[in-house]
Amino acid sequence: MKKTNVYFKVGLVVLMVGLLLTMAACSKKKPAADPMETYPSESQMGTEADQQAAAARAVAEEELAAQRLEEEEAARMAAQEAARMTEEAKMQFVNEDVYFNFDDASLSADARMVLKNKVAWLRENPNASVLVEGHCDERGTAEYNIALGQRRAESVKTFMVNAGIGASRINTISYGEERPVDVAGNEAAWAKNRRAHFKILN
Amino acid sequence: MLVGFLWVTPFAALAEYDYINISDPFLNKIPVAAPVFKNLSPDSPSPEMAVQAADLLSRSLEFTGYFKMIDRAAFLEDLSVKGITGPDIKFDNWRSIGAELLITGGITAADNYLQIEFRLFDTFKSELLFGKRYKGRSDDLRKIVLRFCSEVVHRLTGKRGIYESAIAFVSTTTGNKEIFICDFDGHDVRQVTRTGSLTLFPAWSPDGLSIAYTSYQNDMPEIFIRRLEDATERRISYKGINITPVWVPGTQQMAATLSFEGDEEIYLLTETGKIDKRVTKNWGIDVSPSFSPDGRKMVFVSKRFGNPQIFIQDLATGAVRRLTYEGKYNTQPDWSPAGDWIAYSGMENGQSDIFIIRPDGEDVKQLTRDSGSNESPAWSPDGSMIAFCSNRTGTSRIYIMTASGTDQRVLVSLDGKQTDPAWSPSFKEY
Repeated sequence: MKKTNVYFKVGLVVLMVGLLLTMAACSKKKPAADPMETYPSESQMGTEADQQAAAARAVAEEELAAQRLEEEEAARMAAQEAARMTEEAKMQFVNEDVYFNFDDASLSADARMVLKNKVAWLRENPNASVLVEGHCDERGTAEYNIALGQRRAESVKTFMVNAGIGASRINTISYGEERPVDVAGNEAAWAKNRRAHFKILN
Repeated sequence: MLVGFLWVTPFAALAEYDYINISDPFLNKIPVAAPVFKNLSPDSPSPEMAVQAADLLSRSLEFTGYFKMIDRAAFLEDLSVKGITGPDIKFDNWRSIGAELLITGGITAADNYLQIEFRLFDTFKSELLFGKRYKGRSDDLRKIVLRFCSEVVHRLTGKRGIYESAIAFVSTTTGNKEIFICDFDGHDVRQVTRTGSLTLFPAWSPDGLSIAYTSYQNDMPEIFIRRLEDATERRISYKGINITPVWVPGTQQMAATLSFEGDEEIYLLTETGKIDKRVTKNWGIDVSPSFSPDGRKMVFVSKRFGNPQIFIQDLATGAVRRLTYEGKYNTQPDWSPAGDWIAYSGMENGQSDIFIIRPDGEDVKQLTRDSGSNESPAWSPDGSMIAFCSNRTGTSRIYIMTASGTDQRVLVSLDGKQTDPAWSPSFKEY
């Protein structure tokens, strides 16, 4: 490219000197149209080259920007995914109840599996404190069921504390049979209502 | 202002117990005739009041379950015209329609003044048992009639009855569970609490001036003690649950179920809510205390043997004995103020029914059956009746029945569900 430029420039100078001589020799006959035609064509050539160079730079810049965008997008997606996972974990923590048998506050194998996930979440979110609500089905009587609901909430808390979660992070309340999720008077509804429900307090 | 005085006592002491069979007073109801009262104030005739007073008298006597009021259409003579004293009455006319007792009334009404006189006759002996005259203001009609009813029941049973009592209960009328109160017969319903949250387990103080209850208004079950007169409240709030408050009879001391030690136990509390003594000591739910009238024994629910059963603990010695053996779910004990029975609810197949049992564990009787779920028995102050809640018509309502289980009927018609009745002591000390 550089070599070409030197020849090109040398050629240009020779050409221009030749032109000046010709102009001086036959200045009467020829208007200044020819040199004007020639000059611009040379000038055009230079501009094209400049444009090509500029275009190359622009492409390079654009590629870099796109790459940056891709990286940023990936990071953003990852963050979003992480947030989604976090939110999902949080929602699972909140939405997944622990269920009990009738007139029973002990934790079944299923209940322990669910609680292990909740303990894991509590470990990953050491600043979170939670409320465990104990609930009962409509059978039986209101007073006893508030006591039973408290037992359910406390057995969940005990499990979590034994798994290493600080007791001060776990609050309990009993609503007895006062807050059913399903008011149908059948075993399917009762089974859903005999539960410990979870809320994240902060 | 209400003045009453006895002006006829033919016999110093009546053979009171001849009229009502104390062992089962509700199966053989005494037939009673109560004609429309005679208007004794011709200057200001008030026929409506004369009917009103006689109707209220009839309803209120019938409410007890002791009496069967005879339909006025069957009456053979019109005493509101003839007269209301012994010489005016042809007792044959009343015996022949089956009336064993006859109650006549005379009413005198003037500007903001009301006087009613009552006479109770034994138609078979053709004699006056007693008479009373009451004076009050125009709006004292209900008060006067109920005062006389109370006198009738006292004469015939030896007990003061229920006419000066009220019933507290929980209702969802406003959308939340709140405490309401009405008179013994469902009259004059008024809302007591406005917590906008969950309010449960009303209990009356022995003087009838305060109500204790559990409320979630601070997002936890705490006990509040409210003076009805001025709505001032005290709060009992320990960590965990604070439920089933009750007064120990004849004292200012209370008992309640608390869980701050990690286990639901029953505690005695001072009137300011300080812990006086832990009563139960057992790993297993202990809940729902109720006391013998002398305050020496406590009946309560415990899960100590695996499922909820009823136990009695002697407060002085700490000795505990199991009371219920039938069924797997017996809760809500209420010791009759008369001392002779303990009512409770027992559940089988998801449906509860009301039972009564002697404090020594004898004579278990089932009072409700085949009529939905029946819960929360609460004795009347004289031990003659039981309030409870039932969903027999689909929605939970407060019902009343006699201590024998007869005469079951709805107490109040209100929107929403009604649960958890608590019957007050008799407000009047005679």
